[in-house]
Amino acid sequence: MRLRRHQEIPERPLPGAELLSAEAVRLTVGGRDLLAGASVRVAAGEVVALLGPNGAGKSTLLSVLAGDAVPAAGEVRLHGRPLDGYGPAELARHRALLPQAAALSFPFPAGEVVRMGRAPWTGTAAAAEDETVVAEAMAATESAAFAERPFTALSGGERARVALARVLAQRTPLLLLDEPTAALDLRHQELVLRVARARAAAGDGVVVVLHDLSLAAAYADRVVLLAGGATVADGPVAEVLRAPLLSEVYGHPVEVLPHPRTGVPLVLPERD
Amino acid sequence: MSTAVREKAVRLPKVRNRTTLITAGLTAALVLCALLAAGIGAYRIPLGDLLASAAHRAGLGGHALDRVPESVLWNVRLPRVVLALLVGGSLGCAGALMQGVFGNPLAEPAVIGVSSGGAVGAVACIVLGLDALGSWTVTAFAFAAGLLTVFAVYAMSRSGGRTEVVTLILTGVAVNAFCGALIGIFLFTADSAAISQVTFWQLGSLAQATWGKVLAVLPFAAAGLAVAPLYARRLDLLALGERPARHLGVDVERMRLVLITVVALLTAAAVAVSGIIGFVGLVVPHLLRMVAGPGHRFLLPASALGGALVLVAGDLAARTVAEPAELPLGVLTALIGSPFFFWLLRRTRTRQGGWA
Repeated sequence: MRLRRHQEIPERPLPGAELLSAEAVRLTVGGRDLLAGASVRVAAGEVVALLGPNGAGKSTLLSVLAGDAVPAAGEVRLHGRPLDGYGPAELARHRALLPQAAALSFPFPAGEVVRMGRAPWTGTAAAAEDETVVAEAMAATESAAFAERPFTALSGGERARVALARVLAQRTPLLLLDEPTAALDLRHQELVLRVARARAAAGDGVVVVLHDLSLAAAYADRVVLLAGGATVADGPVAEVLRAPLLSEVYGHPVEVLPHPRTGVPLVLPERD
Repeated sequence: MSTAVREKAVRLPKVRNRTTLITAGLTAALVLCALLAAGIGAYRIPLGDLLASAAHRAGLGGHALDRVPESVLWNVRLPRVVLALLVGGSLGCAGALMQGVFGNPLAEPAVIGVSSGGAVGAVACIVLGLDALGSWTVTAFAFAAGLLTVFAVYAMSRSGGRTEVVTLILTGVAVNAFCGALIGIFLFTADSAAISQVTFWQLGSLAQATWGKVLAVLPFAAAGLAVAPLYARRLDLLALGERPARHLGVDVERMRLVLITVVALLTAAAVAVSGIIGFVGLVVPHLLRMVAGPGHRFLLPASALGGALVLVAGDLAARTVAEPAELPLGVLTALIGSPFFFWLLRRTRTRQGGWA
């Protein structure tokens, strides 16, 4: 048997407690400012939608939050501790990231891919529930039906759900989702955001990059709007999703209407 | 959900049974082939005599053979069989490892030029008549040159954390050409004895096997084969890509350094004593992946077993099909391996429209 260092299982944060904060983050790659003063924070129990036009720096900010890229200025703190103080193994028990495109070099069965999400917990007490967690994650994403099929043979939408199941199986208090709805049909888009809401209700913090503003309005607690690598607005849905601000940021006239039944804002581009 | 749990409980033992079955089958075939290879040849040694002599040496009864068969068995056949085991195991495992590290099913020491890199070191050593480290000199030189080549190929073929197939193969083409040129320069300056030695060695052969060579390879092969399985689970995770693997807690940079060194160790061990024997590291892991899936916990040890089996059987064929002449083993593996490689390219093209 191999000896392992004692591995801590992070305690569940209290609802409302700050999980992650990024303050005035700057990142320059190849002479181009990808991030120039982006700020975001997420507390336990909330869904934060990261919005903005193409090239606004949403994915870049997410990779800074995940610890992939080290910002040139500004600071990222996880549980009040600077992010670069965490080792990869410890970080993997605190946050999970769903990448934009799910790739796989070898044809592992989908169920095996989801089980990979449990890797950070190997050797901890949490490993005992691996099977249950994997089965739950696949059920939540409606991907249990193709657990046996090779991941590489699945359709784009199926892959996206399996990738999400893997991230859910990681069971971290912080979830970073990069366009989780991009490859999905209407039904599965709703499913994914319901899952995100359920995780927030269970006390996790969720940051989700979205392009569909109405979807963000319906499911997010708070919206962070990025433009040109900087945060231009951060607040509750009703405050940020206003027609003048969105029209300016997206460079296209936009109208915001309340849903006739629920009152939730619907964001539509103005069309002739 | 409960049905999913039940399904999994049924599925896992099935896969495990299959891998156990394949491992057992490979081991049995390997033992059988090794016994055959020890007995068959210009001088036949019946199985009974073989076992008797082995028992005698181990002090378990039996009896010594006559002077000639005893000498053929212990000084000619067995070192050759053992060397085939070590070289084949090293090549099989190095292939599987390299495919895992590059996240690319076409990576193989010979294809991407690491074997010829190692060969430059070995040829330099032979031609310049270096022997500072005794019988370990050639292996050490092959290792150093192999290591340099792996890192060069790796650095040149990656961009943005991924290695595309086309870039990898083209890098291999360039590296092979460059190494060929270096070997050419050495040959140009060498005397005719060294030239014929190098030429024969380059074709890939185990004909010069001695216990000394076995000992020269053993530490390299053993170290490589022992370290590789420790990284099996992390290699599975690396299949998701570099970033996702890191998000799951893998220290990707460190793992890559360790594993590239292991690949160089294994390849160099093989190249130093047997010349360039290609395609074993490509064909064996591929076939195993087809029958038992891509999980590295099975794939790495099984590729070592399978590689050993292929090389013991291949070497037996190389020295018996054209008796009394002997085919170079590297020629034989390339004859069978290249069409397989071609078939693989075709199959991937028709299935997924080729590689990007």
